[in-house]
Amino acid sequence: MSEMSMIQAIHSALDVMLGRDPNVLIFGEDVGYFGGVFRATEGLQAKHGPTRCFDTPLSEGGIVATAIGMGAYGLRPVVEIQFADYILPAYDQLVSEAARLRYRSGGEFWAPITVRAPYGGGIFGGQTHSASPEALFTHVAGLKTVIPATPYDAKGLLISAIEDDDPVIFLEPKRIYNGPFDGRHDQPARPWTGQEGSEVPEDYYKVALGSAAIRRQGRAVSVLAYGTMVHVALRAAEESGIDAEVIDLRSLVPLDIDTITASVNKTGRCVIVHEATRYSGFGAELSALVQERCFYRLEAPITRVTGWDTPYPHAFEWDYFPGPQRVAEGLRRALEA
Amino acid sequence: MAVSPEKPRKSRKTAEVMDRDELLKAYSSMLLIRRFEEKAGQLYGMGLIAGFCHLYIGQEAVVVGMQHCIGEGDEVITSYRDHGHMLACDMDPKGVMAELTGRSGGYSRGKGGSMHMFSKEKGFFGGHGIVGAQVSLGAGLAFSNWYRENDRVSLTYFGEGAANQGQVYESFNLANLMKLPAVFIIENNRYAMGTSVERASASRDLSLNGVPWGMPSLSVDGMDVLAVKEAGMEAVAHCRAGKGPFLLEMKTYRYRGHSMSDPAKYRTREEVQRMRAEHDCLDSAKAKLVALGVSEAELKKIDDEVKLRVQEAADFAQASPEPDPSELYTDVLVEG
Ligand SMILES: Cc1ncc(C[n+]2csc(CCOP(=O)(O)OP(=O)(O)O)c2C)c(N)n1
Ligand SMILES: [Mg+2]
Repeated sequence: MSEMSMIQAIHSALDVMLGRDPNVLIFGEDVGYFGGVFRATEGLQAKHGPTRCFDTPLSEGGIVATAIGMGAYGLRPVVEIQFADYILPAYDQLVSEAARLRYRSGGEFWAPITVRAPYGGGIFGGQTHSASPEALFTHVAGLKTVIPATPYDAKGLLISAIEDDDPVIFLEPKRIYNGPFDGRHDQPARPWTGQEGSEVPEDYYKVALGSAAIRRQGRAVSVLAYGTMVHVALRAAEESGIDAEVIDLRSLVPLDIDTITASVNKTGRCVIVHEATRYSGFGAELSALVQERCFYRLEAPITRVTGWDTPYPHAFEWDYFPGPQRVAEGLRRALEA
Repeated sequence: MAVSPEKPRKSRKTAEVMDRDELLKAYSSMLLIRRFEEKAGQLYGMGLIAGFCHLYIGQEAVVVGMQHCIGEGDEVITSYRDHGHMLACDMDPKGVMAELTGRSGGYSRGKGGSMHMFSKEKGFFGGHGIVGAQVSLGAGLAFSNWYRENDRVSLTYFGEGAANQGQVYESFNLANLMKLPAVFIIENNRYAMGTSVERASASRDLSLNGVPWGMPSLSVDGMDVLAVKEAGMEAVAHCRAGKGPFLLEMKTYRYRGHSMSDPAKYRTREEVQRMRAEHDCLDSAKAKLVALGVSEAELKKIDDEVKLRVQEAADFAQASPEPDPSELYTDVLVEG
């Protein structure tokens, strides 16, 4: 065990997998020689060689498409899209090729690729460095979508993603790479050191895809969150004094609906939190699933706290970002109804 | 009929490309960009500018030389490294700086930031954060001019890193197929973020990248404003004559990091120093001006004027009020 930040844990997962499996290859823009803009691959090229970890030309469509072809006969490409905002040039390849390959070949071929992409706001990134595009992927049959919220989970989930035989979109909440940001931008940043989830085994281990984690037990209301918003929700519960049960989904597809259902059946109230825009966001799916399963136990309408339905603005970072205050208001609304 | 691509040529430089007054004007524009960018870097350091900010320092001769080849009604489009292009297009430094600080007086009223500004009046169509996308948009601007037969050209700038995006070549193909009046300008500053051109491009001479589509091209010393203008005039004339698109590879260099956070681990300090010392566009323009008989006093006057304009921009960018949060919901869709 050692203390790791989320970015170190991701680095460790990549390092471990390069060492374990000669079929694992890591590539993307600036990931080889330079070590990645967030340093996720620092030193990996020097350690494992330039055929295992390499730079690609600036071409997202090409990166993902090549990975799909490479996977056909057993390689396990792990590609980095520098920011999730730039995954769109590769979207066609992900949707039309990676997601459907297994189905349209009758199970003969599949795309065992992992696409890592830093996502989310709170970094003053404006409209091209802040996107939360998870719903674009959860909407597609044939893709898995995973989002960690702690260093421990980041490593264990990433290893599971790499070993998974389906295409996995691995979205990394970049705002919490170096510390568990809880939305309190007016307070000094906390590092991961000493925080829950920062003790990480140096070796191989897995966190299964499709299992949620209850981060805070509570009886008053269930909060469904993922990524940075898990920490914001914990903060909101603490500040408001509301006895919220905070569930970290960890993977959106596959989804641990049993944990969610059990919690909402217990509390009778549900608040869904995400950074992404609200309309047709993943919260809409969660809301539908919860009411299908828990309708007779619900004591209040399901509440969503999300980003606004606009492009991510340059100037209004903390108006846009759903911070602890907005989440706490959501909790109150769910309790008062 | 098969196209026979012109062989790429190196452009020649001659001092006759610009007379004394024009060179003075070009010098002043380049200096404005340099000082503006230095100021932006300072404001960033003071925490007055947040987020992503890409400085153009070192590359000024490219955009200024090209701007001297076009006129009213012509259009410019570029990437996120766009402050220099806006100033060269005669956009107001105040509005540009205020956008960097996210204020209501900014060109996009604080909603776009450093990478996203526009001016219909000045023929500037952004400022685009998605690398390579602007190249195809530029082809669209050119199409519109071709369709309207209005004799205008569009200048589309992109980096040597962006030159690896597939859509660039889709646009090259379309542009020459339809003979669109588009000048494509690769600003080859040798690095895409932390990756050198050698590590990312199999093409060793980017000016040849238009050859499969039959596009004529020139490889240009982009650190020399005269060389840029000379090549640019040829490219623009080619477009205006209805002969279709033209590709220019500008060999240039950025002195600063890719953006404000750059660990600078991918090149040596000596390399940067050498470029600054031996190839700086301001130094060489200044030397030529002195040789043409321009006095120190005249140069000093330009210096002072530029400094004042930049200071005014910085003051404005701090005094301009923050946008009202209600502004968050405007300009998403057509209103009313
Ligand atoms: C589609 C897309 N992919 C990746 C990025 C991240 N990124 C921003 S700039 C850049 C390098 C671009 O280099 P180049 O085109 O040479 O332009 P320069 O920065 O040198 O001006 C990268 C990879 C992006 N903005 N958009
Ligand atoms: Mg470049």
